[in-house]
Amino acid sequence: MALAFDEYGRPFIILKEQDQKTRLRGIEAQKANISAGKAVARILRTSLGPKGMDKILQSPDGDVTITNDGATILEQMDVDNQIAKLMVELSRSQDYEIGDGTTGVVVMAGALLDQAERLLERGIHPIRIAEGYEMASRIAVEHLEHISKKFDFGATNIEPLVQTCMTTLSSKIVNRCKCHLAEISVKAVLSVADLDRKDVNLDMIKVEGKVGGKLEDTELIYGITVDKDMSHPQMPKQIEDAKIAILTCPFEPPKPKTKHKVDIDTVEKFQTLRLQEQKYFDDMVQKCKDAGATLVICQWGFDDEANHLLMHRNLPAVRWVGGVELELIAIATGGRIVPRFQELTPEKLGRAGLVREKSFGTTKDKMLYIEHCANSRAVTIFIRGGNKMMIEETKRSIHDALCVARNLIRNNSIVYGGGSAEISCSIAVEAAADKYPGVEQYAIRAFADALDSVPMALAENSGLQPIETLSEVKSQQIKENNPHYGIDCNDVGTNDMRQQDVFETLIGKQQQILLATQVVKMILKIDDVISPSDY
Amino acid sequence: MAIEKILKDDATEEKGERARMASFVGAIAITDLIKTTLGPKGMDKILQSTGRGHGITVTNDGATILKSLHIDNPAAKVLIDISKVQDDEVGDGTTSVVVLAGELLREAEKLVAAKIHPMTIISGYRMAAECARSALLQRVVDNKENAEKFKSDLMKIAMTTLSSKILSQDKEHFAQLAVDAVMRLKGSTNLEAIQIIKKPGGSLKDSFLDEGFILDKKIGLGQPKRIENAKILVANTAMDTDKVKIYGARVRVDSMSKVAEIEGAEKEKMREKVQKIIAHGINCFVNRQLIYNFPEELFADAGILAIEHADFDGIERLALVTGGEIASTFDNPESVKLGHCKVIEEIMIGEDKLIHFSGVEMGQACTIVLRGASHHVLDEAERSLHDALCVLSQTVNDTRVLLGGGWPEMIMAKEVDELARKTPGKKSHAIEAFSRALVAIPTIIADNAGLDSADLVAQLRAAHHKEGCNAGIDVISGSVGDMAELGISESFKVKQAVLLSATEAAEMILRVDEIITCAPRQREDRM
Repeated sequence: MALAFDEYGRPFIILKEQDQKTRLRGIEAQKANISAGKAVARILRTSLGPKGMDKILQSPDGDVTITNDGATILEQMDVDNQIAKLMVELSRSQDYEIGDGTTGVVVMAGALLDQAERLLERGIHPIRIAEGYEMASRIAVEHLEHISKKFDFGATNIEPLVQTCMTTLSSKIVNRCKCHLAEISVKAVLSVADLDRKDVNLDMIKVEGKVGGKLEDTELIYGITVDKDMSHPQMPKQIEDAKIAILTCPFEPPKPKTKHKVDIDTVEKFQTLRLQEQKYFDDMVQKCKDAGATLVICQWGFDDEANHLLMHRNLPAVRWVGGVELELIAIATGGRIVPRFQELTPEKLGRAGLVREKSFGTTKDKMLYIEHCANSRAVTIFIRGGNKMMIEETKRSIHDALCVARNLIRNNSIVYGGGSAEISCSIAVEAAADKYPGVEQYAIRAFADALDSVPMALAENSGLQPIETLSEVKSQQIKENNPHYGIDCNDVGTNDMRQQDVFETLIGKQQQILLATQVVKMILKIDDVISPSDY
Repeated sequence: MAIEKILKDDATEEKGERARMASFVGAIAITDLIKTTLGPKGMDKILQSTGRGHGITVTNDGATILKSLHIDNPAAKVLIDISKVQDDEVGDGTTSVVVLAGELLREAEKLVAAKIHPMTIISGYRMAAECARSALLQRVVDNKENAEKFKSDLMKIAMTTLSSKILSQDKEHFAQLAVDAVMRLKGSTNLEAIQIIKKPGGSLKDSFLDEGFILDKKIGLGQPKRIENAKILVANTAMDTDKVKIYGARVRVDSMSKVAEIEGAEKEKMREKVQKIIAHGINCFVNRQLIYNFPEELFADAGILAIEHADFDGIERLALVTGGEIASTFDNPESVKLGHCKVIEEIMIGEDKLIHFSGVEMGQACTIVLRGASHHVLDEAERSLHDALCVLSQTVNDTRVLLGGGWPEMIMAKEVDELARKTPGKKSHAIEAFSRALVAIPTIIADNAGLDSADLVAQLRAAHHKEGCNAGIDVISGSVGDMAELGISESFKVKQAVLLSATEAAEMILRVDEIITCAPRQREDRM
């Protein structure tokens, strides 16, 4: 730790408890930061692309997650280094904003850092590098816009959307039935999408999973599922044209909040109280009946007697439904949540075309399906799968696919995948570099090299010769002036991504480049790291 | 410049070869552990729990063994998971699925060592699994049309399943039990209607199937021990002291006489309730909650059989089989559905008295009473029987049947081998490895039986070279035999599930190239 001295030569303490802190400065700090960032990128590099490998993550409690989703890996890795945390943030913000390409963005940032390190060694100032990167990223984003394609789809023509979702899903473990899942995702997004406003509220799509069955059994439900069953085993399992009373009050005698006592001192009082009690139950059920409800969904429990009375009056009921689910049901069925029996009126009932109970496997699991709701925009994707890890991974994959479909609805421009967009940008940036006077030129060229690293990683993960393949594709692109050539990861036999139908969203790609550049700029600008040393 | 560590202090990170190695080692260790239980001559394991009492389980059911293990290796956890799912879905083949996945990984390890990329192996395995499945599909026998033949198929499957379990001595007896029970279900897979009651004492041979429902309860004192044409009210209501449910109510009196009065009123209330129940015109009353002496006496007076404290499952099942509804209020006797059965009587099994409902409305229900020397035997017998019942009920739905004794594996191996020869590229190595993994299963079965596996499997392979051969390993005589003649069959559904989920699990583990273990959560010491 460097010490400062005052004019008399005495040591001068600047930081509080200075000797207990470690401090890295200048080029040292930058190099340490870069190597930390690169280390994170290296972990993710092998997960990129359709042939990317998975990681096993064991959480602090011993649970196992198997995934190749970049954001999930970083999230669960529980990193300690500050710069590594920045990379985690980077992947997370890509996840929030776009939902897909979370691995790519980190790999991109890692490559940029790698290039920056070399430039630093040559003595170029970090700020100049950062500025060069900024210019290069602008060129790349513009170029992407230039090579992007609009593509058409409508409520009836969903095939292009399904294709895009399939590209996303093909890198996940669920790629065995990617077609089925892609179709489900697209249908789910379209059913909640507002095509005029080009907006999709993903909150309306609930993704639920249950262990058991096959991945192929995954289905899209136009409605809501609740992990509950009817309160009485003999209530009807299926209700058509249900009118649903959504209650937050228990089927029990009232419990006033104020402290009170009812004293029983005579036999008469005892009997009146008993009668009163019976009347309560009768009244409650009667009120539901009067309002015309054919199904009662209640947040609380029922007394045995109330349960039987409901059963007796042929009024099926569900108890102990969680608050969130209750709200969802209320939204979907267009009903109102009623806190008191007195306020129950026919207008406040929710409506659903079909409510049914479904049981699974050899175990006794039951779920309640509420379908064909009045406000049918809420949908549920119900995932089945071999084991819990599979379901969790499928949930993440579906989330990615949903996000992609949403992005396409917002903005229907696409670029071709398989690294073709990166290669094309790299060529464009390289060509533009020569026009810039000054040191930035070097940074811009470095940026072009960094762009190459994504297709390179793709080729490497697919078991191809990275340098050979890349140079071949690049020369092909320049020779034929066709930006659609990419890495043939699946060994199909053609390099033309247009024929392979591999594409990604334009905003996703642009966002990747912008976010990666931003983070790298941030890391490069740090020249002093002060941290408490290990005690 | 050394890279600073990115992860927290206690976290570990294993990469590339090391990670793959860790998962292979874990998975293969689990396979080796469980592989000796495979087949009709497989051995059992003793499991001792670490909890209080050190309870002991003796079993050779794969899922049960794996469920009780505490494993730290993530790959091993994946295998345990597939075995659990196999148990939930089809009920049998829990050992086979783990062994097959383990063998697939063992072969994959060799391929990886020979510098073949895991992704290539995976795509080879996928092709092989698809090919194996279609090979099985071509050879399945479907006797759905012929009820007589189908029943004998079921019987064979049950015997094959049971032959690897503790029940193998009496497998014919139990296979008959299981088939009869499942046939009663008439195609539904709801095993809840089959009740299994375990009573220590006697021998396994004394186990029997009862057409009716047995409730493990006693009949109240002084009440009839036998009722014909019973009308049953199934209830869930308080028959002790009927509490006042209004919040805040309490009794406050100022003299002894008032206490007596209120007590009288309470009694009166209970009497009224009992009267209301009796007014339903019943002669049997089953309650989930306790029945106190006073109401019990009243029931006895009215000549009604009252059964108290039946557990919740028992109540639901009773309501299901007798066709009654579970009642909690008794004001409208005319609209409450009563359950019916022909005879209710008290029977003795061993030294225990049980209540037997026969001639119930729903003919699907039945009860299997297991007898045996000790609790361990009974527990294992129940698990074995459960396996058999699961397999049978699944087979009733999917009536396709295969031969057993290593026959399906050899058929698949042969087809997969053919495919390997036809496939160009590195994948063919993986496909070949898949066929080797399949052959490992008959090898293990033979090994476990103490036979010369190398010789037998070679003979078997030669025999399978001919078209349409039914050869498999006959463990009893220790030679290659005709499985169709020996009557060894297996359900297609089980085999298919084994094949697909083993491949899926192997694939999942192969795809991994890095294991990151987070620092264990610090637990606060409670000092």
